Amino acid sequence: MASAKEMIAYRAAQELSNGDVVNLGIGLPTLVSNYIPPDVHIILQSENGILGMGELCMLGEEDKDCVNSGNQFVKVLPGASYFDSATSFGIIRGGHVDITILGALQVDETGTLASHIVPGKMVPGMGGAMDLVEGAKKVIIATTHTAKGAPKLLNKVTLPITAVNKVDMIITELAVIEVTKEGFLLKEIAHDTTAEEVQNLTEAKLLVSSELKTMLPYQE
Amino acid sequence: MINKILSLEEAMAFLHDGDTVMIGGFMACGTPEIFMDEIVKKNIKNLKVIANDTGVPGKGIGKLISAKLIKELTASHIGLNPETGAQMTAGELKVTLVPQGSLAEMIRAGGAGLGGVLTSTGVGTEIEEGKQKITLNEKEYLIELPLSADVAFIHGSVVDKAGNVFYNSTTRNFNSIMATAAKTVIVAAEKIVEIGELDANHIMTPGIFVDYIVGGEG
Repeated sequence: MASAKEMIAYRAAQELSNGDVVNLGIGLPTLVSNYIPPDVHIILQSENGILGMGELCMLGEEDKDCVNSGNQFVKVLPGASYFDSATSFGIIRGGHVDITILGALQVDETGTLASHIVPGKMVPGMGGAMDLVEGAKKVIIATTHTAKGAPKLLNKVTLPITAVNKVDMIITELAVIEVTKEGFLLKEIAHDTTAEEVQNLTEAKLLVSSELKTMLPYQE
Repeated sequence: MINKILSLEEAMAFLHDGDTVMIGGFMACGTPEIFMDEIVKKNIKNLKVIANDTGVPGKGIGKLISAKLIKELTASHIGLNPETGAQMTAGELKVTLVPQGSLAEMIRAGGAGLGGVLTSTGVGTEIEEGKQKITLNEKEYLIELPLSADVAFIHGSVVDKAGNVFYNSTTRNFNSIMATAAKTVIVAAEKIVEIGELDANHIMTPGIFVDYIVGGEG
């Protein structure tokens, strides 16, 4: 049985198309790279200065000069490039990243995101998150549907805002939701749930698509 | 030809208590460690540091944090160094958090003679507090001001004696930008080579930006 995180990462990976320039956030979004279909070749960006990032290094393979934005040693693929931080964020802000997949603390029905300050804990800083959400052509939030039962998909974000009206799609273990001008549009639900059950775990009202589908089941 | 090569001791004479200092690196990858160690050894304090992050305890700028040598910090992320957060909460360290892309452009603006940067990053968030906004072509932007420093400490993988720098892999990050934005720029070189040994096509920071070179960086 796959964990919620694996199911979310698996479903999110299906959103990627050949040739996409993709930036994956730290944590759950990083898992997405494990499930990219074999016929889909994407270009992974790491905001510390890589396009064409490959896998994490195994012990003994590390190059001390080559890390990802999570400070892990990584390999790069043939055709990769390195650049400085201004160029890297020019790529991000300038709309040259097709898709970013990020985690979230809260998302509201206008697509406003809170992801960079954990309540009651230290203030870590936004790092590259604000620029990524601002600049990527498509912003996908990959997150568990609730935080231990407390809804994360809200009428209005209550935590400090990371970016306003920028989220396009939300993928959870229960549902795939598109953020539309009218609000959250429920497009897919997991095979073992109902639209009603998903609504009960969501604060904001869900509009149910007339073409509501079952989420692609997780496969190893 | 001007001799740009200094000993660590000589280089550190350019940094004084209370100075504004830019330090290159991203989570200590590409941070000039020999300068961090020497600042701690010389106990140069009340520093105003501009950097992407504060590394982790014991590594990179984390060394300056542990020694409590920083008074003010401008950075994008401090989450991987709990000591930074603790000093901030205790009121010992003033921290200004800036989105990473804005930080890079503010430093670039400082070095490139620009009066500021217009960016939509941070509009509608806490970041816009106290900042001027401008609407152009129906889009809102924040005006982010340029950053500059008394000294920039950067890391170079290969540096020739004219100060031309090559950065390997992801060590370039903020180093090449900071090299343009400080009165005195000092590079910690992993390898120093003769002029001409670095192919002009591979030079990432032209030597005119670099005032001094110190060897012995790991």
